[in-house]
Amino acid sequence: MPLLGQPGIGLPVLASILVYSRRKRTATDQLWMALGLLGFSTKSFSVSGVRSVANGRFFDEMTKPDGLPRAVYERVNDWLASAPPELLASRRSQAELMFRRIGITFAVYGDKDSTERLIPFDIIPRVLGRSEWTRLEAGLKQRVKVLNMFLADIYGKGEVIKAGIIPQDIVYQNEHFRPEMRGVKVPHDVYVHISGIDIVRVDDHDFYVLEDNARTPSGVSYMLENREVMMRLVPELFSRHRVAPVENYPDALLTSLRSVAPKASGSDPVCVLLTPGIYNSAYYEHSFLADKLGVELVEGRDLLVRDKNVYMRTTQGPQRVDVIYRRLDDDFLDPLAFRPDSALGVPGLMSAYLAGNVTLANAVGTGVADDKAVYTYMPEIIKFYLGEEPLLKNVPTWRCREPDSLKYVLAHLPELVVKEVNGSGGYGMLVGPHATQAQIAEFAVKLQNDPDGFIAQPTLNLSTCPASFESGIGPRHVDLRPFVLSGADGVRVIPGGLTRVALKEGSLVVNSSQGGGTKDTWVIDDFEGGQA
Amino acid sequence: MLSRTADNLYWLSRYMERADFLARIIDAAQRLATLPTAYGGTGSEWESTLNAAGALDGYREHIGAVNETSAIYYLAFDPQNSSSICNCLEFARTNARAVRTALTIEMWQSINTAWLEMKRFQTIFGKPGTIDRLELSRFLDFVRKASLDFDGSAHRTMLRNDAHWFSRLGLYMERADTTARILDVKYNVLLPATEQVGGSLDYFQWTAILRAVSALTAYNWVYKSSIKPWFVADLLILRPEMPRSLRSCYDDIVRLLDNIGRAYGKQGKAQAMARETLHKLENGDMKDVFGMGLHEFLTQFIEGNDGLGAAIGAQYLVHDDEALFQGQMQSQG
Repeated sequence: MPLLGQPGIGLPVLASILVYSRRKRTATDQLWMALGLLGFSTKSFSVSGVRSVANGRFFDEMTKPDGLPRAVYERVNDWLASAPPELLASRRSQAELMFRRIGITFAVYGDKDSTERLIPFDIIPRVLGRSEWTRLEAGLKQRVKVLNMFLADIYGKGEVIKAGIIPQDIVYQNEHFRPEMRGVKVPHDVYVHISGIDIVRVDDHDFYVLEDNARTPSGVSYMLENREVMMRLVPELFSRHRVAPVENYPDALLTSLRSVAPKASGSDPVCVLLTPGIYNSAYYEHSFLADKLGVELVEGRDLLVRDKNVYMRTTQGPQRVDVIYRRLDDDFLDPLAFRPDSALGVPGLMSAYLAGNVTLANAVGTGVADDKAVYTYMPEIIKFYLGEEPLLKNVPTWRCREPDSLKYVLAHLPELVVKEVNGSGGYGMLVGPHATQAQIAEFAVKLQNDPDGFIAQPTLNLSTCPASFESGIGPRHVDLRPFVLSGADGVRVIPGGLTRVALKEGSLVVNSSQGGGTKDTWVIDDFEGGQA
Repeated sequence: MLSRTADNLYWLSRYMERADFLARIIDAAQRLATLPTAYGGTGSEWESTLNAAGALDGYREHIGAVNETSAIYYLAFDPQNSSSICNCLEFARTNARAVRTALTIEMWQSINTAWLEMKRFQTIFGKPGTIDRLELSRFLDFVRKASLDFDGSAHRTMLRNDAHWFSRLGLYMERADTTARILDVKYNVLLPATEQVGGSLDYFQWTAILRAVSALTAYNWVYKSSIKPWFVADLLILRPEMPRSLRSCYDDIVRLLDNIGRAYGKQGKAQAMARETLHKLENGDMKDVFGMGLHEFLTQFIEGNDGLGAAIGAQYLVHDDEALFQGQMQSQG
């Protein structure tokens, strides 16, 4: 008699999972890649890391051009100056051990032999002063509030289009626009419950939004784990600062999710986290969050829809589900409504959603709001809904569909990055400073033939922060992804976020699959007597 | 809890236990295969070992003629064998990854560490014929330790709720199955006293069985007698104090299913089946077993155990939609 096996174990991975894994890179990834191609070089700090001068071309967040530290970094700077290189080295290897033991890994697609890797972690914290953070926070709240208003509007009356703020084809012809959502009322008009707004700095004052992530932004588990590891790793540095905690993020998230449950679900709504499964690159994060939230981590096959209600299959029979925090893209949610080949979704889920019997977070169709073309209109959109000036800047963008912009772009191609509006993965992109004469000439023709299909941006001088290496301490380019929550009770920002750092010298690529790493991000109280 | 989570926990334990079983019977077979025929060596050790592992048919299909090297490779490493040790550890980890949140850190670490170590061994034993005896015994030790480590961390760190019960249920279901299989392969040497044949010729085979289930010392304590075949059978079938005996496994299975039934406020077919089997084991004696025929008894037991596995599956782990909602109607009614 053969030994009985578990039904389904060892079968080849479902085709649709492979399809899912090959989906395109996000716009931010592309931008980073494009910037990385430019290959800026920066000078390294000397080992002591104290008196050396950062390259004047970039804003260094720790060291001023005169070689002295900025106020918020004073104590980090002192610590670095007093810490012998061996200490930093031993802390670095401890950090690696901790992460490996916890098992924080990410999957690399297309790499069969090493499906799980560690994201490099840099032990020098990225520091923001309270007053800097307050400005950033206000800008983030404003931005996310408007993203929600914009979505409610375009799936409702369409005032923003009627007023001529944004051309209708950019919205209605958008590949992420979901006609199914027209006229649908979502609880409390919240569409983007969880967002990650990618921020970069170029000087000590302005914050630029590189990209709004309004679909299923990831990375928050690194924000949380980085802090845990840092508290164990460098207690002496913590004791010199008052650092705003981030550990309440799961609580805040659960509160937001419960606040948008369907009315009929009663006082104790059932929330679940929907994951594409263990082959997804962010699976670790999904299981981590489900654990912290205290909710079930479900896959599509754990849910079923009956009479337009959603149930999960439990050992005690079917259980009603009220709120689904889904980490699965629109396309894969429901094979009956969207991609019929998706085995990751739940047949009939859209019918339950449209009937108002379950809340999806984020809502269906939020991809329009973080689209590249829509992004360029965000300053005007903010003014339209709030009558306020945007607090965060957009990276200046030329829309080639506008004749004046096209003229400018054509005249300045060698210094611009030109991107296809619907392009993906870095294809169909011109990186001016790296292009040959012939490529530029070729691109100019393409531009003139289809100006609607392109936007152009200047190359940014991204800020740097110190990072620790075997060879010493050196400045590396960083970005920041703060996480913003929206619920019935308003918009909340967790003080901090995920700092991604391009660890390769001179590189602007912070992408985890391209040698990018992460840092703990501290929002500290301003020091007494000095302004941070 | 999610049915899938329960399913993952249940099978995770089964695969870890199965890996342990395979390591033990390979070890036992290696000992027996070195015995001269005058001491009971039969030359067919590997065939009966493959048989005990339920792998003989698969082996014949994929490999062909039985010899030690190929048999060890097939049982321990061959990816073609769905129940090779390496596949068991691989499947165990796949299940574990899928339920990370239901595992304690210690459980996850024990599995993950075992899996990483297994990968290392896999590179050493890439194909049949590359297996060095010393390295192999290291490998088998490692597998037994991994299983102990997992078992210990599950026992010490898991919350005593349904997750724990399903996890342990998998362990005892698998253990009952493999104990019966070990006995069944050797049923011909486990004859009752009245039919005593062979005498000391089978001595080493009996001790090999006991050693395979870590029961050699236990035997001495319980029977205070030299090794007698019917005592060996008695120890592994009916003795409640012997941790791998069928009786002891069913004590645990019934207890765990009762815990689940109580917590859910509902009993089902699985509870009834398990109790019935336990009842037979409690009230049976070796005379009945041998009267029925040991092989027949064990075959029936294995089939019954598989039947219980199917009942547990249908009741808790994998529902079709209709069954899921019907179950609920009953519980509400």
